[in-house]
Amino acid sequence: MDHLDYDTLDTLKQVMEDDFNLLIETFRQDSIERLKKLHEVVQGNDADLIRRAAHSFKGSSSNIGAQQLSALCATLEKKALAGNFQGLAEDVQIIEKEFLHVQSLLANYS
Amino acid sequence: MNDVRRLKILVADDTDTDRLILESIVRKEGHAVVSACNGLQAVEVYRAERPDIVLLDALMPELDGFGAARKIKELAGDELVPIIFLTSLSDTESLVQCLDAGGDDFLSKPYNRIILQAKIKSFNRMRELHSTMLTQRDQIVQYNNRLLQEQTVAKHVFDNVAHSGCLNANNVRYFLSSLAVFNGDVLVAAQRPSGSMMVLLGDFTGHGLPAAIGAMPLASTFYGMVPKGFSMTDILREINGKLKNILPVGIFCCAVMMDINFRKRKIKIWNGGLPDCFVHHHADGSITAIKSTHLPLGVLSNRAFKDDCEYFDLEKNDRIFVWSDGIHEARNATGEMFGEQRLKQVFANNRNQNRLFDEIIEGVQQFVGGGEKDDDLSLLEIRMDEPERVNAYAKEASDRYGNSDVEWSMRFEVKPTSFKVFDPLPMLLNVLMEVPSLRAFSSTLYTILAELYTNALEHGVLKLDSGLKQTPDGFSEYYRLREERINLVDSGYVRINISHKTNENGGLLRVRIEDSGGGFDYSNRDDNGLTAFGYSGRGIGLVEKLCGGVKYSGRGNIAEVDFSWVSDD
Repeated sequence: MDHLDYDTLDTLKQVMEDDFNLLIETFRQDSIERLKKLHEVVQGNDADLIRRAAHSFKGSSSNIGAQQLSALCATLEKKALAGNFQGLAEDVQIIEKEFLHVQSLLANYS
Repeated sequence: MNDVRRLKILVADDTDTDRLILESIVRKEGHAVVSACNGLQAVEVYRAERPDIVLLDALMPELDGFGAARKIKELAGDELVPIIFLTSLSDTESLVQCLDAGGDDFLSKPYNRIILQAKIKSFNRMRELHSTMLTQRDQIVQYNNRLLQEQTVAKHVFDNVAHSGCLNANNVRYFLSSLAVFNGDVLVAAQRPSGSMMVLLGDFTGHGLPAAIGAMPLASTFYGMVPKGFSMTDILREINGKLKNILPVGIFCCAVMMDINFRKRKIKIWNGGLPDCFVHHHADGSITAIKSTHLPLGVLSNRAFKDDCEYFDLEKNDRIFVWSDGIHEARNATGEMFGEQRLKQVFANNRNQNRLFDEIIEGVQQFVGGGEKDDDLSLLEIRMDEPERVNAYAKEASDRYGNSDVEWSMRFEVKPTSFKVFDPLPMLLNVLMEVPSLRAFSSTLYTILAELYTNALEHGVLKLDSGLKQTPDGFSEYYRLREERINLVDSGYVRINISHKTNENGGLLRVRIEDSGGGFDYSNRDDNGLTAFGYSGRGIGLVEKLCGGVKYSGRGNIAEVDFSWVSDD
């Protein structure tokens, strides 16, 4: 699976026009917030909080075309839903790594 | 191209990027966007902005999409506000939850511009359809209200005209059920000056307003004529003629009319098209059926109309039952009709005659059960009773009529100067037609008066010889002379004396006409050979037939006839 779906990104750029950069910037900041939240909630044992946080991040990353990131969030969401608390912190580490990669790809997309 | 008019669309999503994307897509489609970042805000924005379509993220802080959808649907009331849930949820349970909350559709992430565009278009169509429907519904409600209001006013007028008359008499029971504000059945009752009661039950073809319209002239004619003492046949003819003129072809009135004489315990009845009426005999519980022998009112021209009635002698407490076909044709749940057999069975099963009326109604109602009523249903029972037990009017009229005969006489003289210019016949006939029992004999009375007056004038006053009329030449000579003499006449008279007296069965009208002429020798007059004499003609023969003889007196200048009649009322 690609890190970024450029077709989606192209469409977005077309739709958003001048706001495209604002969108990307919003995504970046929003994602940092969400990552922070994820780190936080995986420390606790509230499965629902984890599920929700993963779900939101899944949605916003899918919209921007970050397929891999969205898929990782989906896996985390499923785990939380199943009440599986094994290796959650590591999962968030992987998600964060993927986000940083997406961020650099987006920065190079024009 | 974009053929959807500019809509106002609410986008509620807590994820900034998602909201940004949606806002852009919607704006690109040419619509106005209002936004919210959580459920509570979404409800507030909806309340303030009243958007046409709502896009709601399912999972939001404060109040989630489901809760917001419920609130928004509640606020929208009658209006259709399509709610499209934005979701990356995909399990069936979550989708069902969206629908339960009032959601109309879903849009999955990542958003697809084409799909969103299609959804907005289709929901807008649905919204417009709904709003058209609401407008039309409101119009229908408005029309219906106006219709009901108009009908209430019309019904008021209608009830004033077709009121129930003397149906509150002690010996009358009736039941009228209606399918609409107006009843296709009409029941009117009034008392004649003689105290007898006239009742008419009519069933117009159809129901409601079209059927009720005919009831107005029927009722106004009925109530106009009965208290004036017109005979039943006159009233039937008048109503028939009116309805024939007024009603369109195919609309007519099946009817039974009765004249009930409580003093003589007689009924006179005319049945045109209604089911058999029953006379229920008190003594042995037997039934006499009175069949319809006529066409309904409003079908035939008055010329072809038949007004012959049937007569029955009743005992005290005998009952007459009249009904519309609504009873016979009442259907039960399986579509079966009540029918005459079941009706007869009600009579056969009866143990207490005072309960008959109720048993018929109950029988029909039990039979119909929850089945749909498809005709007006009317039932009338009249019990034969003494006038004083019927009501105060019947008693008073009975006392008045039972003990005294109506007797009067009048004298009328035509003077010489009037012979040429004045014909007294219409005036005399008018006076006689004021006597109710004579109305049926107007043409007979005219013939009698006309013959006697013409003879008195032409042979008596003008001294014309009827022998002249035997040849064609003589005929014209006769009229030439008549013209000549009537212009010259300056003396003479014709005196008309009419006396009237009623008796128990009818009455006697005596007409005596005296002229100033020389008369003729009536002593040799052969009762059978009328034409042998000078004072003759076809006319006087007719008068003899109608009156059973003409009596001459004086010098032959006085003719007198007795016209007697038997009243069938």
